[in-house]
Amino acid sequence: MFGNLSDRLQSTFKNLSGQGRITETNIQATVREVRMALLEADVALPVVKQFTEQVRERALGAEVLSALSPAQAFIKVVNDALVDIMGGERREINLRAAPPVVILMAGLQGAGKTTTVGKLGRFLTGQHKKKVMVVSADVYRPAAIDQLETVATQAGLTFFPSNTSQKPVDIAKAAIAEAKRKLMDVVIVDTAGRLAIDDAMMDEIKALHAAINPTETLFVVDAMTGQDAANTAKAFSEALPLTGVVLSKADGDSRGGAALSVRMITGAPILFAGMGEKLDALEVFHPDRMASRILGMGDVVSLVEQVTRDVDMAKAEKLAKKVKKGKKFDLEDLRDQMLQMQSLGGVGSLMGKLPGMGQMAGQVDSAKGDKEVNRMVAIINSMTPQERKFPDIIKASRKKRIAKGSGVEIQDVNRLLKQHQQMAKMMKKMAGGGMAKMMQMMKGGMAGGMPPGMPPFR
Amino acid sequence: MSWFGLFKSKKTETEKASLSQRLGEGLAKTRARMAGIGNIFKRDVIDEDTIETLEDTLLSADVSIPTCNVIIDGIKARAKQSDPQTAFRDTLIDLIQPLKSDLTVTEGIKPYVILVVGVNGSGKTTTIGKLTKKLQQEGKRVMLAAGDTFRAAASEQLATWGERNNVPVIRQAPGADPAAVIFDAYQSAQARGSDVLIADTAGRLQNQSGLMDELAKIRRVLGKAEADAPHETLLVIDGTTGQNALQQAKLFKDIAHVTGVVVTKLDGSARGGMIFTLAHELAIPVRFIGVGESVDDLQLFDPDAFVDTLLDDN
Repeated sequence: MFGNLSDRLQSTFKNLSGQGRITETNIQATVREVRMALLEADVALPVVKQFTEQVRERALGAEVLSALSPAQAFIKVVNDALVDIMGGERREINLRAAPPVVILMAGLQGAGKTTTVGKLGRFLTGQHKKKVMVVSADVYRPAAIDQLETVATQAGLTFFPSNTSQKPVDIAKAAIAEAKRKLMDVVIVDTAGRLAIDDAMMDEIKALHAAINPTETLFVVDAMTGQDAANTAKAFSEALPLTGVVLSKADGDSRGGAALSVRMITGAPILFAGMGEKLDALEVFHPDRMASRILGMGDVVSLVEQVTRDVDMAKAEKLAKKVKKGKKFDLEDLRDQMLQMQSLGGVGSLMGKLPGMGQMAGQVDSAKGDKEVNRMVAIINSMTPQERKFPDIIKASRKKRIAKGSGVEIQDVNRLLKQHQQMAKMMKKMAGGGMAKMMQMMKGGMAGGMPPGMPPFR
Repeated sequence: MSWFGLFKSKKTETEKASLSQRLGEGLAKTRARMAGIGNIFKRDVIDEDTIETLEDTLLSADVSIPTCNVIIDGIKARAKQSDPQTAFRDTLIDLIQPLKSDLTVTEGIKPYVILVVGVNGSGKTTTIGKLTKKLQQEGKRVMLAAGDTFRAAASEQLATWGERNNVPVIRQAPGADPAAVIFDAYQSAQARGSDVLIADTAGRLQNQSGLMDELAKIRRVLGKAEADAPHETLLVIDGTTGQNALQQAKLFKDIAHVTGVVVTKLDGSARGGMIFTLAHELAIPVRFIGVGESVDDLQLFDPDAFVDTLLDDN
C-alpha cells in the first residue's frame, strides 16, 4: 500500500534529531522519499523531477522552527510548494464577457466532460443565477447527444438539439446564435472525447475553438489518470489555449497527482473538482486540500468544514456545555453523536479524510462500521427515556426486552452499555480540566500522521 | 528491416504478425517514449545509470514502485547469463505471461453470461459493442442487457451498438433496478436460445460501497436464475489510469468476483504499465486490450507482442 509521506519522512529523519537546520547532506534521502510519494500519487515523472528540485532549493537552509521536527518542517516546505503551484493563480470562472459567454469543454474519452457540463451548468444557474444553454458537438459516440439532453433536463438547463449528421462547428455556431436570440447568459459546448495523438480530431477542435472563440476553454481530466496526464495535457494545451482545468472523479480513492501534472504543464488553473454522481457534486477546487491528499496527509481541513456544515451545532454545543458542567453523558447523548457521525457520511467517509487513514478507508470494512452504528442506534431506540437517562437501572429483564425490541442478542446490549460507560468516564475526565491536555494530544497525533482523538500510548 | 527481422516475421503466423503490427501502430507513441531503451542496451553492462534509466522508463509507464523494484531485481539476476536487452525482455515477459488466458465461451452453457463492470468512463459500453462483434464473428448469437440504468442515455448508447451489430438489447426505463433488468434479460436470452448474454452495468468508483453492493446484488439475483452465472465478470480498466488501477482491480475482484480484465484506450500515449503491476500483485487474466476505435481493435492479450512493442525502438 501507499506509504504516507509524513510516516516516510519521520523514519528518514530519525537520525537527525537535534539538527536545527536542513542541509545538503540530510536532504538527499528526504528528497528521494518525496519523489517516491509523488510517483505513488501519480504525479508525472518530469513534473516530479522539476518539483523536487524546487523543493530542494526552498528547503535548503530553511530554519526549523522549534515547535517542529525536521520532518515536519520539511513536509511543510513540500506542502507549501504544492499549494503555491496548484493555487498560485486561483480564480473564479470568468463570466465577464458579452453574453452569451461561451465555454468550450475538451478532454479524452471517458474523462467526464458531459457530466461536468451538467454540473457546471447547474453551478452557474444556482450560484451565479445565470441562464445556461448547453449543446453537444459530439457527433461520434453513440447516444452522446441523448446523454447531454437527459443531463440538461435533470439539471434544469436549456438544451440546444443537434444531430450526428451535422458538423461540430455548425452545431456550435447555431447554438450560440440561438442563445443570443433567447438572451442566454452562458453557452456550454460539449465535445467528443479525443486522443491527443489523433491529429484529425485535434484539428477539429482547433477549428471549433477558432470559430466560436470561447471565453473559457476547460480541460477535463480524470483524477485517476497516471503518468499519461503529462503527455495529454501538453498536447491539448499546445492545440488549444486552455484557460482552466476540471478534475473529475475526485471522489475516488486515487491520490490525484494528475492535478499537479496538469497544472504544471498547462499553466491553467484548476477551477473545479467533480466529487460524486449527483449533479450538484461539483466543488470549487481547493489547492491546500489537494496538496495534503497528494502527500497522503488526509483532508483535515475539509473534514472540519464538513463537520461545521453538517453537524447540528446547537446539539453539539448543548453536549459541550453538559460535559463542561460535569453532568453525565447519557445514552441519549451517545445516540445523538452516532446520528451526527452518520450525517457526515458514515465511518468510511470520515476515515478517508483523516491523516494516515486515507488508504485504510479502502481496507477497513466501512459498511460493517456503519452497520454497527445503525445497530447501536436501534438498541438505544428500544429503551425507555428513563433507561436512556439512567442506564444503571438496566438489569437482566430490561436487557432482554431491549434486545428483543431491537432484534439483537443480549451480548450486544451489554457491549453497548460498556462502551457508553467508557465514554462517560472519558467525558468526565475532560470536564475535570483535561480538555487542554486532550487537545494537545490531538495536535501531536496529527503531525505524526495519527488520527486526531486517538489516545497515544504514553 | 534486418534479415533477422524478416526471418522473425516469416516465422510468425500471418494473423499474429498483423496483430503485432496493429499493436505496434496503436502503441506508436509508447515506442517513441521508450526510444531511450535501445540506446541503453548498446552497452554490455548494467550500471547504476542504466538502472536509473530503466527505472524512469518503467515508472513513467505507470508501473508501480514495488513492481518496478521486482523487475529491476529480475534484470540484475538475469544479466549475468544474457545480454541486457534479452534480460529486460525476458523479465518483463515472464512477469506478464501468467496473465495470458483467453476468454472462452464454454460450449453447452447457454446462455453464457458475461457481466461487465468498471469505474465511470473506462469504456465498458464500447468494449461490449466490440466484443459483441467479435463473438458474432465466431458464430455466436449474442444478446445485450442494458444494466446501466443510472447514467443518462447509457441504455440508448448500448442500443445503438445493438443496432449496429443487429443483436437484441433488453432495456428498461431509466432508474430501474439493474439486477431485475439483467435477470429479465437472462430469461429472455434463455427463451430465445442466445449463446451469450453480455450485461452492461453503470460505472462506479470502487470506494463507493453502496454502489459496489449493487454489483453483489446483481450476482445474487442472477444466481437465482442460473447458479453459475455470471460465468465471466470482466473488469474494464482505462489504460490511462495510474496507480489507482490496482485498487480498482482489488476491490472489484473482492466484491464482483472479477475473472478477467480488459485494458482500454492503449492507442493513446498511455503505456499500460499497470498490466505489470496487476501481474505482480493480483493474478487476474487480461482477456483483451483496446487499441483503437474500430471493432478489430479489441485484441487478445499477447504478452510477447506487448513487451516487444514497449522495447521496439525503431
